[in-house]
Amino acid sequence: MISESLVDLSRLQFASTAFYHFLFVPLTLGMSFLLAIMETVYVITGKTIYRDMTKFWGKLFGINFALGVTTGLTMEFQFGTNWAYYSHYVGDIFGAPLAIEGLLAFFLESTMVGLFFFGWDRLTKIGHLAVTYLVAIGSNLSAVLILIANGWMQNPVGSEFNPVTMRMEMTSFWDIVFNPVAQSKFVHTISAGYVTGSAFVLGVSAWYLLKGRDIEFARRSFRIAASFGLASALSVIVLGDESGYTAAETQETKLAAMEAMWKTEPAPAGLTLFGFPDEKTRTTRMEIHIPYVMGLIGTRSTDKVIPGIDELEIRIAKRIQTGIVAVKTLEKLRKAPKDAELQAAFKAVQADLGYGLLLKKYTADVSQATQEMIAKAVDDAIPAVAPLFWTFRIMVALSISFLALFVVSFFFAAKNNLAKPWLLKWALWSIPLPWIACEMGWFVAEYGRQPWTIHGVLPTHLSTSTLSNGSLIFSLSGFLLFYTLLLVAELFLMFKYARFGPSSLGTGAYHLEAANNTAVSGKEA
Amino acid sequence: MFDYVTLKFIWWLLVGVLLLGFAIMDGHDMGVGGLLPFVGKNDDERRAILNSVGPHWEGNQVWFVTAGGAIFAAWPLVYAAAFSGFYFAMLAVLWALFFRPVGFDYRSKVGDPRWRNAWDWGIFVGSAVPALVFGVAIGNVIQGVPFHFEDNMMPVYTGSFWALFNPFALIAGVVSLAMLVSHGANYLILRTEGDIQRRAGRASVIASVVMLAGFAIGGFIVAGMQGYLITSPIDPGAAQSPLDKVAIQQAGAWLGNFKQHPLLIALPALGFLGGLLSIVFALSKRGGLAFISSAVAELGIIFTAGTAIFPFVMPSSSDPRSSLTAWDCVSSQRTLSIMFWVALVMTPIIIAYTTWAYRVMRGKVTVEFIKANDRSAY
Repeated sequence: MISESLVDLSRLQFASTAFYHFLFVPLTLGMSFLLAIMETVYVITGKTIYRDMTKFWGKLFGINFALGVTTGLTMEFQFGTNWAYYSHYVGDIFGAPLAIEGLLAFFLESTMVGLFFFGWDRLTKIGHLAVTYLVAIGSNLSAVLILIANGWMQNPVGSEFNPVTMRMEMTSFWDIVFNPVAQSKFVHTISAGYVTGSAFVLGVSAWYLLKGRDIEFARRSFRIAASFGLASALSVIVLGDESGYTAAETQETKLAAMEAMWKTEPAPAGLTLFGFPDEKTRTTRMEIHIPYVMGLIGTRSTDKVIPGIDELEIRIAKRIQTGIVAVKTLEKLRKAPKDAELQAAFKAVQADLGYGLLLKKYTADVSQATQEMIAKAVDDAIPAVAPLFWTFRIMVALSISFLALFVVSFFFAAKNNLAKPWLLKWALWSIPLPWIACEMGWFVAEYGRQPWTIHGVLPTHLSTSTLSNGSLIFSLSGFLLFYTLLLVAELFLMFKYARFGPSSLGTGAYHLEAANNTAVSGKEA
Repeated sequence: MFDYVTLKFIWWLLVGVLLLGFAIMDGHDMGVGGLLPFVGKNDDERRAILNSVGPHWEGNQVWFVTAGGAIFAAWPLVYAAAFSGFYFAMLAVLWALFFRPVGFDYRSKVGDPRWRNAWDWGIFVGSAVPALVFGVAIGNVIQGVPFHFEDNMMPVYTGSFWALFNPFALIAGVVSLAMLVSHGANYLILRTEGDIQRRAGRASVIASVVMLAGFAIGGFIVAGMQGYLITSPIDPGAAQSPLDKVAIQQAGAWLGNFKQHPLLIALPALGFLGGLLSIVFALSKRGGLAFISSAVAELGIIFTAGTAIFPFVMPSSSDPRSSLTAWDCVSSQRTLSIMFWVALVMTPIIIAYTTWAYRVMRGKVTVEFIKANDRSAY
């Protein structure tokens, strides 16, 4: 049996490297479209200031992009290095969108990004604009395919178990592509990326305005960011709500945990706005409860019941009992693969095979599982409430604050009245917040999937590779070291170039150059 | 459309094609990165070298990413067993690769020579280490890797990290490194001029000689080495588990395919021919022809290795029946079929826009160009 500490270390490594990768992805998604918008305005109006905006924000985009690419490599390696059993068990399905992502999206994005940076003098205006759009389209297409893969982990449609090869195999490619979870996740995630990109451009522009430098440049950037940000913040909330709806249909345990729904309420259920969930007593203290709302969001109806944790546990216990039969039948079937009776018997119970595997954490021979072990497995099957409850609420609160910021920014930008230090400071200090919201959202999605890697199919504790704890400690330390170094270099350059502002382009038209030509020497480029 | 056995064979070919695509495309910028500190003697020269691959390395790297993704999708057992088994080697490759994107992009954004020099060595490590380790990995695969599958198909590697660096594997590593370095040097002959071009020409010749010598020595060792054979009747067209078969080790088995189909000798012959032509064209400074020649050498060498061990793709030395073959390491027929059609449609499109990108950026990258584009160039 795989030791629990190995599973924990593997999870820690995957989670921290994924967290880290996701520091760079949202900004790439958002800024690629902002660059396309800025360049569109340049091509339409012919005003060089918009070309300079595209180039300058493009520099910051590039600094971020390099680390996005670097840390993405880790993700691709890690399924094989650290989650070998997972890779075998679901590679038939999960590998396909990843490979298609390379062929359809990542090639396009990466080939075009080179021309975006180096092709300014080689391409026509329209040609370069097309390249910029292809970068944006490529990066967003990437997100679709990655989220199709991730959506399948949350809601594994279009697949079934094959006893001969001992793995899950694809039964319908289109079911996997049009998985409702993948679709709502995709639009929610890219909108979050657009918010991140907009808040970044808005905040940095606000800083120039506060300093009274490059006013024209900053004002135009601010205006574009405020408009794009407003649309994105609205869509992030609307589509987040859509995610809630698909979660209610397909990921009941996640929803119950993040909403601290200890008991099943009669439909339509109320929404717990705030409170302190207590796992031991299964109550939420100081609860602010709004009647009906949860039922309406979750089921889009007034009569469908959303199961609480109490009811889910009863259902899971039943599925574990069937799962024990499935594991035992599979063992027999492996010894006599041609036996038609066993095949039929297995087919009848295979949907609950994963629930039987949950017991492997406690016993190698599932048929020997005691009542106590089953009770533990049932308990495992509901993710911990408090972490999900809080991260979800922080994410929602931040999203609402972004909406407010963009509404106000848009209002004053439209009135062309940006001499409002309070607004500019608000925008400046909001720069880091979308990252927090994005990571919280990621946490809710992935922690909420526990104890499974593939919900209902493959438990996390069975998914790892056979490695020693020492190997994991070594690799974790290596990642910590290299990722710290890279982050320091990235932040150093990001701050350096944000401070230079458009002067870093060396056109001679901007603040630092006009004021002091030696401030940016020829070497600093 | 295709039956399962045809799809399995197509995917064996496609994995080879993707690896070849990686060697030709990412390979040349890795070769360039490996030569950077030696061929570029001052900052301007190094920037000229970097900018010759500047607009392209990013797209080229996707050949690597896609080859990895395709192995995950088409050969999940190979992906699972090789990546977890070669854990530390994979980490070495991954950590080395970290320094490429960041090195390329960050290096010239700060003027301090210490900063730039540090990233130059980072790019060197990020290019040379993966090129070497890939060869070492192939060298180990050819000899058989100590791993087996448990009853539930969990792969277990039982060798040590240091055992990977045995003499034959090191020869394979040197061949791989020299192959990519000569290819990268040929690219520099094409895209640079003056001192850089002269030094690149010399590097190309040396690397080709090393590659040819290594390939020849490796060939002799393989001829006498313990190869592997499937001895039980199998049905390549059926879904199967690797554990369903019986396999044994046998000296000289890796020559079997060449004896059975003498035409296949064309593959190693292409390896040698490409290497020799690369030397001829590098000496006469004909970069384009030299580049094509080294690409031909890569084709010959990669497919020689693949053909020698076919249908095995990852034999197991400790438990031969756990060996992975093109018939039993694969995904389901549906997945192979979908992935085949996607690859069939997308690969020509990718090649088309990549070619366009190179056309847009064609011409020599000179030191003068760097000085004129100080702010925007790498």
